[in-house]
Amino acid sequence: MCAMRPEPVHEPGPGGPGDPGTLASQPPRQGGSHPDAPGRPEYQGWKAVLTAEEIRRALTRIAHEILERTHGGEGIVLLGIPTRGVYLARRLGARIGEFEDVPAPVGSLDVTLHRDDLRLRPARALQRTQVPPDGVDGKTVVLVDDVLFSGRTIRAALDALNDLGRPRAVQLAVLVDRGHRELPIRADYVGKNLPTAYREKVRVQLAEIDGADSVLLGEGDR
Amino acid sequence: MKRHLISAGDLNRDDAVLILDTAEELASVEGRAAIKKLPTLRGLTVVNLFYEDSTRTRTSFEAAAKRLSADVINFSAKGSSVAKGESLKDTALTLEAMGADAVVIRHPASGAPRRLTNWVSGRVVNAGDGTHEHPTQALLDAFTIRQRLGGLRGSGADRRGQALDGIRVTIVGDVLHSRVARSNVLLLSTLGAQVTLVAPPTLMPYAVETWPCRAGYDLDAELRKSDVVMMLRVQQERMSAAFFPTVREYRRRYGLDVGRMALLPEHAIVMHPGPMNRGVEIAAEVADSGRSTVVQQVANGVTVRMAVLYLMLGGAAGGAA
Repeated sequence: MCAMRPEPVHEPGPGGPGDPGTLASQPPRQGGSHPDAPGRPEYQGWKAVLTAEEIRRALTRIAHEILERTHGGEGIVLLGIPTRGVYLARRLGARIGEFEDVPAPVGSLDVTLHRDDLRLRPARALQRTQVPPDGVDGKTVVLVDDVLFSGRTIRAALDALNDLGRPRAVQLAVLVDRGHRELPIRADYVGKNLPTAYREKVRVQLAEIDGADSVLLGEGDR
Repeated sequence: MKRHLISAGDLNRDDAVLILDTAEELASVEGRAAIKKLPTLRGLTVVNLFYEDSTRTRTSFEAAAKRLSADVINFSAKGSSVAKGESLKDTALTLEAMGADAVVIRHPASGAPRRLTNWVSGRVVNAGDGTHEHPTQALLDAFTIRQRLGGLRGSGADRRGQALDGIRVTIVGDVLHSRVARSNVLLLSTLGAQVTLVAPPTLMPYAVETWPCRAGYDLDAELRKSDVVMMLRVQQERMSAAFFPTVREYRRRYGLDVGRMALLPEHAIVMHPGPMNRGVEIAAEVADSGRSTVVQQVANGVTVRMAVLYLMLGGAAGGAA
């Protein structure tokens, strides 16, 4: 049966890394320590690399950067990629509304139907796509996702966006950039650059659905 | 979800709700996108294998597959080797050799799609077999009911994840020959609806008491407590005997006319799987009224079939599912 909601784990998958996958057994990682996370609490094999407070600060900074880069947020539309990108987009939108008196329309963009791995794994449940009433034509669209990995999700998002209209420009904001790109895609706004081994997993937890905010890094095996 | 869709009974409640939710999202994509084509099934081949005449089901499956960018091969018994006497098995082996990822089959013999699953490696979708089942029709009917009545029992605008709990559906007419009725009884009861069949005793199937529904013979009494009334086509072509004295008598006892429609509760809707015999089971005024969902059912057919093809063909290249 198809997964009702993608697992919040970013690990290599058969159709290209970056797809949310299951916690299937994988060979142990070949070593490597993380200078970014010294002395962080560790539990059940997961190491916290961003705390709730750090996530809050990163989002605040990204909101300021978006305003700076788009000259006060003129004509921007924030589109979150389900599941967690949508919550991040809403938080960014709320913050931009606080900083400037410009409303920042927020929507969601499901990329499932545009993925390149449908033939390799069971079909997933579709998530909601909601475009603000003014649409995306002529707007500066900021795509928002939790983790940037292979870049395949963003490629699918660009295709999905193409079917919705013709934005003036498209930018990308991510909470975590974990590297290992397989496509020529980069983020315009990054909450944290997180060097990882390919087999490691990054898990973003958000208060809206996971109860608390944190970014966790896990070993390849568990 | 199972590998093939042969019977509405193959679907459990979660599968059925997932299909309806997927269709809901696809419908919103359809309504919004400037380009009505999704790349999802690019490179996959869907064969429409039709041994029986059909307008809406075949074109609906064809439109669904094409909007997901699949390659579609239409095969109808007329004008093919079937006319020269080729068997279903040999036709199936031919299709298999051509590499069909999914076969949509309509056949006059009940059970033909089940047989087909033994001979092809692709997915098989039953588009109507004899008097057995027509599961995608039941899915689109369930989708239409949810669309029209979903907000009826609280929880407002968001229909996602909802089933049809407590909705009272009355299916009226030629139940005996109706694959639509069989599939609907199974699917709607899986989704929690209360289904009642009303038919002349001669057109009520044998052992109907073992079905997950009630059976009744008094249409007027049932109409008063129905949220949905589904009229079935009188299938003259499958009737080898006289099941009722005259069309006129059938119409008076089991046809839905304006007077009967007035017995329905305010919110109730009238459905018909088509093609309609206007003036027999349904009066023209009823078919064209605001309560009739006939046109909406056809439109929903495409999105529901897109959802079925998408969910069944996911992982098709991997083989295992």
